[in-house]
Amino acid sequence: MNPRARLWLVVLGGAGLAALLAAACLRLPRFGGGHHPYGDRAVHAALTRHTANTIASVNFDQRAFDTMGEMAILFAAVLGCVVLLRQARDEHRARPRPAEVAPPVRRYALVALPVALVTGLYVIAHGQLSPGGGFQGGVVAATAVHLMYLGADYAALERVRPVEAFEAGDALAASVYLVLGLAGVPAGTAFLANTLLPYGTFDKLSSGGTVPLLNAAIGMEVACAVVVLLARFLDQAVEIEEESGK
Amino acid sequence: MHVLPYLIAAYVFVIGCYGLATSRNLIHAVGCLAVCQCATYILLLAVGYRDGATAPVFSDIQPGSRPVVDPVVQALTLTDIVVGATVTALLLALVVQISKRHGTVDPDELRELRG
Repeated sequence: MNPRARLWLVVLGGAGLAALLAAACLRLPRFGGGHHPYGDRAVHAALTRHTANTIASVNFDQRAFDTMGEMAILFAAVLGCVVLLRQARDEHRARPRPAEVAPPVRRYALVALPVALVTGLYVIAHGQLSPGGGFQGGVVAATAVHLMYLGADYAALERVRPVEAFEAGDALAASVYLVLGLAGVPAGTAFLANTLLPYGTFDKLSSGGTVPLLNAAIGMEVACAVVVLLARFLDQAVEIEEESGK
Repeated sequence: MHVLPYLIAAYVFVIGCYGLATSRNLIHAVGCLAVCQCATYILLLAVGYRDGATAPVFSDIQPGSRPVVDPVVQALTLTDIVVGATVTALLLALVVQISKRHGTVDPDELRELRG
């Protein structure tokens, strides 16, 4: 099919899709309306289980099983990237050359690194109380480590980031989530039911039963997964070269 | 205009689809897919909004003192973002390999290579 005919087909199909979507939008409940039956019930359930951040309660208590699936998707995607971006037979690893970094960039990166790392860990630890949680904090903590690459060079980053350890950490965190889910089963409760621990005092770090523990497991999983992912992409960009010397 | 947020979600989705269909570069196509996914974030958050409501986090507000937006769709949006990011990473890894094996990231040229 020539590009012109294809474009016409796209415009025709797109116009039809746009019309259908617009018609569907007009039949949706009014924007900003007060009728949210699931939301009201989720808020009520979160409050009875002493979890201040309702979204953390939805993710790690009411829909903990779905979060396990989400974690499995993340794990499988990282595995896929590791397999896809491995070193091929006709490639070799070159030692990355030490790079010059402008002094202000180096200073800023080295000051910002610990701050960003602690911020990430804070966001993970307070997931059940304030906005944030394992997913968000994990990404912040993982990217904080990479300020080392900006502030120094690739060899320095590799020293503070042993990829094998993070790969093991990724798998360990995923199994911790499963074990926490199974922990209540011998006592006769359902898989991942939040009945293992006391709910604690509302708005305190230890509140919410198993929510902080599952949240921490996800935080570790996401941080390790992002580090491993970025390591694979950076390897492609910095270290792996084709044999022909391209 | 109480349908405007929904229409914006539909608009962003259609724009992303247009980019996907006319893309001449696989990296650009992955970006367009991310735009399509952004439409679902807008739609989910728009469905969950409530007039005059605040975030469903009770660490600094008294429960019941103010209306809160729907936390279920916010949690779904979080899931959506995580899945979107992993899909993007996987697709970009595929593009890296395609570029290495075939020396091009133009979908039309790749089709010609297949014959």
